[in-house]
Formats: sequence, C-alpha cells, structure tokens
Amino acid sequence: MSEDTESRDDDPTRTESRRLRRRSLALLSSLLRPVRRSAWWTAALVVGSQLAAVAGPALVAYGIDRALPAMQSGDAVPLVLASSTYLLAALLGGVLTAATVRASARVSQTMLLDLRRRVFRHTQRLSLQFHEQYTSGRIISRQTSDVESLRELLDGGVTTLATGVLAMVLTAFSLALLDWRSGLVLLLAVVPGVLLTRWFQVRSQVQYRKNRTAVARLIVRFVETMTGIRAVQAFRREREVEAVYGDLAEDYRATTAAAIRLNGVFDTGLTLIGNVTVATVLLVGGLRTLDGGMEVGVLVASVLYARRFFAPLSQIGMFYNSLQSATAALEKLADLLAEEPTVPEPAHPRRLVHARGDVRFDRVEFGYGAGPTVLPRVDLHLPAGQSVALVGETGAGKSTIAKLLARFYDVRSGAVLLDDVDLRAIDPVDLRRAVVMVTQEAYLFSGTIGANIALGKPGATREEIEAAARAVGVHDLIRSMPDGYDTEADKRGVRLSAGQRQLVSFARAFLADPALLILDEATSSLDVPGEAQVQEALQTLLADRTSVVIAHRLSTVMGVDRVLVVDGGRVVEDGSPADLVAGGGRFADLHADWQRSLEHSPAG
Amino acid sequence: MPDVPPPPSTTRVLLQLRRWARPALPRIALGGLTALGASLLALAVPQVLRAIVNGPLLGDGSTRGVVLGAVVVLALGILEAFLVWCRRALILTPGTGVERVMRTDLFRHLLDLPVEFHDRWPGGQLLSRIMSDLSTIRRWTVFGLVMLLVSATTVLVGVVLMIWTSPVLGAVYVAGAVPVIWLGFRFREDYKVVARRARDQAGDLATTVEESVHGIRVLKAFGRGQDALDDFARQADELRTTEVHKARTLSRVSFALGAIPEAVLAVSLAIGVTLAADGHLSVGALVAFFATAAVVNNPVERLGMLLAMTLDARAATDRYMQVIETGSTVQDPVRPVSLPAVGGGGSVVELVGVGFAHPGATGAAVLDGVDLRLEPGETLALVGLTGSGKTTLLQLVPRLYDVTAGSVRIDGVDVRDLTRDELRSAVSVAFEDPILFSASVRENVLLGTDLVGPAADALLQEALDVSRAGFVHDLPDGLDTVIGEEGLSLSGGQRQRIALARAIAVRPRVLVLDDPLSALDVTTEAAVTAGLRAMLAGTTTLVVAHRPSTVALADRVAVLEDGRITGIGRHAELLATHPHYRYVLTALSAVGTDELEGVRG
Repeated sequence: MSEDTESRDDDPTRTESRRLRRRSLALLSSLLRPVRRSAWWTAALVVGSQLAAVAGPALVAYGIDRALPAMQSGDAVPLVLASSTYLLAALLGGVLTAATVRASARVSQTMLLDLRRRVFRHTQRLSLQFHEQYTSGRIISRQTSDVESLRELLDGGVTTLATGVLAMVLTAFSLALLDWRSGLVLLLAVVPGVLLTRWFQVRSQVQYRKNRTAVARLIVRFVETMTGIRAVQAFRREREVEAVYGDLAEDYRATTAAAIRLNGVFDTGLTLIGNVTVATVLLVGGLRTLDGGMEVGVLVASVLYARRFFAPLSQIGMFYNSLQSATAALEKLADLLAEEPTVPEPAHPRRLVHARGDVRFDRVEFGYGAGPTVLPRVDLHLPAGQSVALVGETGAGKSTIAKLLARFYDVRSGAVLLDDVDLRAIDPVDLRRAVVMVTQEAYLFSGTIGANIALGKPGATREEIEAAARAVGVHDLIRSMPDGYDTEADKRGVRLSAGQRQLVSFARAFLADPALLILDEATSSLDVPGEAQVQEALQTLLADRTSVVIAHRLSTVMGVDRVLVVDGGRVVEDGSPADLVAGGGRFADLHADWQRSLEHSPAG
Repeated sequence: MPDVPPPPSTTRVLLQLRRWARPALPRIALGGLTALGASLLALAVPQVLRAIVNGPLLGDGSTRGVVLGAVVVLALGILEAFLVWCRRALILTPGTGVERVMRTDLFRHLLDLPVEFHDRWPGGQLLSRIMSDLSTIRRWTVFGLVMLLVSATTVLVGVVLMIWTSPVLGAVYVAGAVPVIWLGFRFREDYKVVARRARDQAGDLATTVEESVHGIRVLKAFGRGQDALDDFARQADELRTTEVHKARTLSRVSFALGAIPEAVLAVSLAIGVTLAADGHLSVGALVAFFATAAVVNNPVERLGMLLAMTLDARAATDRYMQVIETGSTVQDPVRPVSLPAVGGGGSVVELVGVGFAHPGATGAAVLDGVDLRLEPGETLALVGLTGSGKTTLLQLVPRLYDVTAGSVRIDGVDVRDLTRDELRSAVSVAFEDPILFSASVRENVLLGTDLVGPAADALLQEALDVSRAGFVHDLPDGLDTVIGEEGLSLSGGQRQRIALARAIAVRPRVLVLDDPLSALDVTTEAAVTAGLRAMLAGTTTLVVAHRPSTVALADRVAVLEDGRITGIGRHAELLATHPHYRYVLTALSAVGTDELEGVRG
C-alpha cells in the first residue's frame, strides 16, 4: 500500500503535478516568511556585492578609453580616480561577499531548523494508524534525506542563484547602457535560453520525483535490515538482502544519473548559447568599430560584458538543478505535513486536572482505517478504582479496546468517556497524564537508564525515579550497573534483557502515576520472581486506580477485581475471576488449562 | 560512538577513495582533461580579442580580419560547449557508479559485522554514512575534484599568460596570491574540525529521528511528544550553530578570495595605464591582461567553495572509512572444516569453559566458565533470572556473538572452525523478540530454508501446524499476506508463532529457542508444546524457559546463576534440591496455589 502511494506520486497527471509543485513552493515560501527580513538583508548584500563586481569592467573601460589618453597628455587625475574607485569597489565587494556568506547561512539554517521541527512535530502528532501505514523507514527518509536536499539548495544555492541572476541582469543593463546594439544581441540570446530552461524544468521534475521515491525505498530497506540484523544473520539471508538492496541502490543510481544527464544537456546548451552570443557581439561590434561607429574600448567592454553575462550560467544551471531536486523533496515533505492526524486534537479542549478514572464505553463501534469492523458495539462501564482484566484469544479485540482507551485510535461511532468526558474533547496534556499504557515492546531511548524512567514524568527527582524503580524491583539491578542510574542504555536497550527492559518500562508507568493504567501484555517477558514483584507493586500502587490488564498469564489475571472475556469484539463473560471460574464458561476452561500447566510435572 | 585518533592529511584521506574510484579513474582523468580544455579555450578568447584589437581594429582595418576573428571565437565557443558535454558524459555518470559500489560495499560490510557492532552503533550514524556522506563524496569526486584541478590549472595558465602579456602586471598579480594562499591554509585547519563536527551532529540527529519513529508508541502512551520535540529541537539547534560557525569560517576566506584579486587589478590598472601612456605596453596587451584577469578571477573566487567542498568530502570519507575499516570480530575461519554427518539421532552440543564479556565492558563478565553438554536429540531448558545471561548464552551457539573464553562445539567441532553459513544452517534460532520482515507469511516462515516447490509447501504447512499459526490462513491474502512493517501488523502472540515456525522450518540439527512461548496464552501454549515435543525428537534443542510450562518441553534443566551453571538435572530433582531454581520457578506456583485457594474459598 505504501509503495503504491510512493509511486503514484512519481507519475502524476499534469494538473496533479502542478498542484504538487504549487504546494511544495508554498511550503518553501512559508519557511521563508519568518526570515524574510534577514532574507531581504541577504539580498541587499548580494546586490551590493554584485554592484561592486560589475564596477570592475566599467572602470577598466574608463581607464583605457579616458584615463589613458589623459595620462598621455599628462593628466593623472582620471587614472587615480579610476584606480582608487576600483580599489574601493574591490574591498567593498570582498566585505559584502563575506557578509553574504554569513547572512545566507543564518537564513538557510534557520529555515532548516524550522522545517526539521515542523516535520518532527507533525510526525509526533500523527496517529499510530498513520505510522503503521507509512512505515518508519519512509518517515526517517523524509526527515533525513529530503530535508538534506533542501539543505543542498539553501547551502549557497540560493545565494549563487540570486548572485548569478543579479549579475546577469546588472551586466545586461550595463551593456545596454554602454552600447544598446550589443544589448539587443544579448536580448535575442535570452529566447533560446528560456526555451531550454523550460524543457529542463519539465523533464528534471519527473526525474527528481523518481529519485526521491528511489531514495525513500533505499532507506526503508536499510532501516529494516539494520533493525533486524540478528534475524538476517541467524537465517543466513545476507546474500538475498544484499541483492535486494543492490537493486534498490542501482535504481537510485539510475535515477540520479538520469537527472545528472538532463542537467548535462542543459549545461551544454547554455554554454553554447553563451558562446555564440559572444562571437556575435564581437562580429557586430568589430564591424561597427571598423566603420568608426564604436570605440575600441567600448567593443572590449561589450565583449567582456557579454562573456560576464554568461559566466554565471553554468552555476545557475547547477543550482537550478538543486532547486528541482529540493522541490521534489519538498513535495514529499508537504505531502507528509498535509496528513491530518486521524486522532485530532480537540478544538475546545476540556481540562481534566484530577481524573478519577471512571471509564465508560458508550455504544462504541470501531474498525481500523477503512477495514472491517473489529468492535461491533461495546457498552462498558469501569468504575473508578476497579482493576479489570481482558481475556480472550489473539484477534479477539482486547488490544483494540486498550488502544481506544489510550486514544491511540478514535472510535467510528459512539464514544469512550473518562469521568463522563469524551476522550476526544479532553486536553491532550491532561489525557496523557490521566491515562498511561504500557505495551509489550519496552522501547528504550538512547540516554541514561534514569532518563528512560523519567520519561514517565519529566522533571522527576532522582528520589522519585529510584522509588519507582524500587517498586518494580529493578533498583538493585540498576545500582549494580557501572554508573548506576547514569548508565547509558545502549541502542534499543540491547544490553538489557527483554525482562529488564519491561521492568524499566514498568518503572516509567509507576512514575507517571496515572488515574488509568493500561497494561497490554506488559509482563510477558518477566521471570516469575519479577512478575511476582510487579504483581505486588500493582496491588499497592494501583489500589485506588483504575487499571486494565491484558495478559495471557492467569497469574496476572487472577488478582484483578473483574474479568472481561472478549470474543469477536464482544464481551461474552463479565464477572469476578472467582465467579467466572465457578460459572464454568470460557474463562473456567482457560483456568483449568492453566492449572494443568502448573501441576504438569515436566517430562523426565 | 568511538572516535578516530588525529588523522592524516586531507590528501591522504581522500586518496583512500582510489579503492572504489579506480575503475572510473581513466574516465575521471579524461573528463578532467576535457574540463581543462574547456577552461583553456575560455582563456584563448582574450588572446583572439588582442589580435583583433591590435590587428584589424587599430591596425590595417580589414573586415576579413574581424570576421575571421569572430569566426575563431565562435569555433572556440562551440568546441568549449562540446568539451563541457564530454566532461559530463565522461565523469558524472560513472561517478554515480562509484557511489553505488561504495554504498553496496558498506551495506555488505554492515551485514557481515557482528551483532556486537550493531549493539554499539546508533542506526542514524550508519544511515547518515550510507546516504548523505556518500552523496557528498560522489559530488566531490565528479565535480569538486575536477573543478579544483581545473580551477587551479586555469589560474596557473592564466597567470603565465598574464606574465607573458606584461611581466610587470603579472608580477603584481602574483604578489597578490601570497596572502590568499596563507589565508587558504589557515582556513583549512579551522574548517576541517567544524566540518567533521557538523557531520557527526547530523548523524546524531538522524539517530534521534529514528528513535522517535521506532519508539512512537512509548512517546504517545506517555504523551511525551513535546519533550521529544524539545530534545530534537535542541540537537537541531546545535547543528545549526555548527553550520553557522562553518559559514563564518568560510566567509573569512571568501573575503580574501573576493577582495584581494580585484584589489590587485585596481593596482594593475594604475600601473598598466601608466605603462601604456609611456609606451612601454601596447593597448592590446593591456586589454588582453584585463580580459585574462577577468577569466582568472572567476576560478579564484570559486576556490574557497571548492576547498570547503573538499574538506567536507574529507570528513565524509573519514566517517565512511571508520566503519568500513572496522574489522569483523566474528569471521569465517581461513581453513573451515565441515560438520561430521550424523544419523537421525541429532547432534551433540558442548559448551566448554565458556566465558563472555561485552567488549570494553567493566564489571563482571556475563558468562564465566560455563560447561554444558547436550546429548544428541536432547532438549535442555535453561532457567535463570532475567539478566542472568541466558539469551547471551543462546546466541553464542549460532555465533551471533563469539565466546571470549572457552569454546562452543557441535559434534566435537568448534563453531569457530565452521563457516558461518554452514553453522547457521545447522543451528536455527527463535528470538524472544520476534523480528519479521516486510514480506509474505510464506517468505517469512521459509526465510532460513533453501527449499522450493512442493517440498517447501509441505515444510511450511508442518511448521505452521506445530507452532499453531493456523490463523495465517484467515489473513486477507492467506499465506501471501504481506506482514512486517510494510504490511499487516500482527499481535505479539501471532508474531511469536510465526517466528517459531520460521525456526522450525529450517529443520536444523540444533535448535535454540529464547522463551519462544512467552506471548502465548496457556491453551495455545499447551498445544504448541505438545506439537514441539513430537517434532523435536532428533533435534538437539536448547530452550530458555521462564515458566514451568516451558520447562515441560525439556528433558533436563540447567540453572544459570550469575553467569555460571549451578545446577543441572531433572525438573523434579532440581525443585527439591536447588533453592535458586525453586526461587526462579516456584514463585509462580506459590502465587498460583494461593490464588487457587482464594478462588475455591
């Protein structure tokens, strides 16, 4: 599905293509808006440095045509004037060029920071549903490679483009003032130039879109392979993985090469147009000089100007190229930024500072995306302080109920209410404080173990962190590490065992101290003593809290107030564990199996 | 992240690229020549101009001479355009080929590097190396390097021409070069450091991005999006500061390269006109001097940018080499042996005095003096507290890690004497954290086998049966449903069963299972256990167990405590005689009994 969206963008219809381009330019201009004053300042510096630069040939022409004869007749004033003006222009030009380099770096780095923040914030806001469909690799690709290509454009690109264009305009203007006929020749050369540029723009746009897709695929594959490197090595898939990656790398190379080839034609074309024009100016001017219609100095200056006019073209061509590449990247980024979170923030958030933890499912219907209905209709009331276990087979809808409670997804119809307020209306900050979900995957971020626990409550004191760790029985383990709580958790917490990671993520949840705690298979990797410890901690810490537990281990389930057996998205049994065991339903069967597994004496 | 010691000169660093650029070198050299040709042609134009001014215009006034001059300029111009095209065709496309080879080489190397390396290196640092560092290197090899040489040559030839045109003016111009060169050297030292820092920070930023995406569920569950954003923004701001610092360094050299050559021309104008007035210099020569200077000043101004590009490429190369020159600590032996053939009985697996410590880790070793022997076809459960080293011990068998002391032997052969390929086709693993790939169910389960056709189908079916993964038939496209990150997301229990099926489908001599049933409910677990027991006959199996129900799979149990085996025997014996074993396993039973009584009462 993701691949389809990615490739559909490659070959859009003309209107679609125009819309995409407009949107990407709109993004660029919205990035420019906050820095527009600095950008204008940079532009002013560019104008200044270019004015200083074009002064050169004019002063040389003046020196040869006016100061030389004056000098020959003994008057040194014009020469001194010309030279000192030139010297001044040179120094000024240097200062302004240096200032331009600094100013443009400030502008472009500010824009990049803005873009990075925007994309990061937006991906954090987007719902899990989006993340699951878009894949992590593509999001990473957007935030690294696509941002990078804007960086390449801004990194001197804009300045060079502006400098170049301005230099050309000024040079053309100076030439027209010096000798309008030569200026006319130049004007004629613009026509094929524009046609060539237009051709290049259309073609390279297509190429660069393909290029962005190719690079995203390459990154997706890379990230997936590196994340699963253990399995790749254990199952000897190196050669296959390498072959697939090699193909993708070749695709990326081919699209890059195609884009470069287009740029080559463009570059060559511009050089040709420029050189033909210079020869024409020389021919026309030379013939006129012979007729006496033009001074030699003016001819020299005209030819110099004509050359100068075309000199920045190859650089402009190069940076027009980065503009095309960046536009394609911005299209993808604008696309990502245009994604609406399917779990939107409320327009008028209701505060819920001290949640009690009273939960109600009111005629809830739900399915993932446009997929089939998973929960047909759920009505449920969990009074504040009750501990509830969800039991049922894989795919019965237990995790779905948990995800709705944590508002990872929104219901299709009906409502989930916390303290009689619709989850969709609660201020997100209050909601996250009130409801915390611990999942099976205990992800650790790079940083210290202490910081990982503190994720549950930013600004927590060391005492609070240690208390939480002690509660789940991971304190002694952390203390035994080289730097205690300041020990760095390695990448993906690999050095910690799966059970230890789950304990750390439990400590996080305890530190967060929510009104409603949801545990989705959060104890699966714990050893028996660890689980017992967590059980104990749960008993004391969650005595006055609502909790929803999904666990296949009945040892975790038996201690709760109430068990809900879920099947096909419906609650089929509801009661205290003891009542359900006595009642002789599904839960009773499950309980019997569990007892057997405990009593079972391992073969021997 | 480990850092390299103070490295050699930029040239030495960049010369390392020869290894990959060699096949493209002739074309790069030829391309460089055409680029040089194009630039020299541009220098020839002022000479033609001089001839026209001194000849027809100020001299004989012949129309033919003027037309001829213009035609020569035109011909030179067309030739220049042609050479520009040649340069493109010759080097830019092969340049992308060099980049691809470097990229696939790095990827292959990363696949070869052991798990221990990947534990240490953050994903973003690897990603930024294989993507943005390589594209920087590519741009430099095909553009920066060539332009640097061309610019330098153009300047050199131009200066020679200027000296030839007028020795005095030429000398003035050369004098101006002294401060430029001095500033250039100083710039190099400053810039080098900042360039490397900027790249490392960009890599860290990529790591943060990767973690924020992979850890999105945790961030969402705790509502920590804002904190993650603050953290990211702080890092991004550091990068911005470094980049601005880099620009400040560059701006100093831009000033020098922009102002000094033009200032020299101002002086030359005064001297040149005076010389011409005194008749020591022809007007044509004066014109040619300035026309040449105009051509030369362009590449001089560009030198700053090209130098910066070169130093960026150097930082990128350093970063690339840092990874590609990291030797793999888990390598195939020089003279590999083969496993002896065994009958249907299964293999003997022995751990002899096995020790393991993470490289560079302080404190106690993870495993220390572990002796263990699995008889042919035996299933041995490994029991211990979380963090006692069970998972590490398992991963020593297929050499995902290498022992740091002692040896692991299969049928008497040290696993380090086998090729990894042979070893890993003999040993199959089910990880506790089931890693599935974006591929169909069929491909995921058959990942470790080379079988195709009906045999593969039968194997697939059997593996799915044993692991009770029949649910896959109900998925939208059945066995062809794409799962993994780019496909359907499955629950933990479902993923675990597919991972188990994958391990079984290899039909290995030795199977290592890391708590393979942890995410299954009791009913399913009992069914899988029954199926596994039947299937495991003849397969030597090492299984990590956290619960008595998993121990039920095993013939014998070994207790791992603080990196040592402190007990080995049957479940019942150990339960009676080994206090630690009792603690690890019966805490559950005790709780269970209590609750059972509570329920009954």
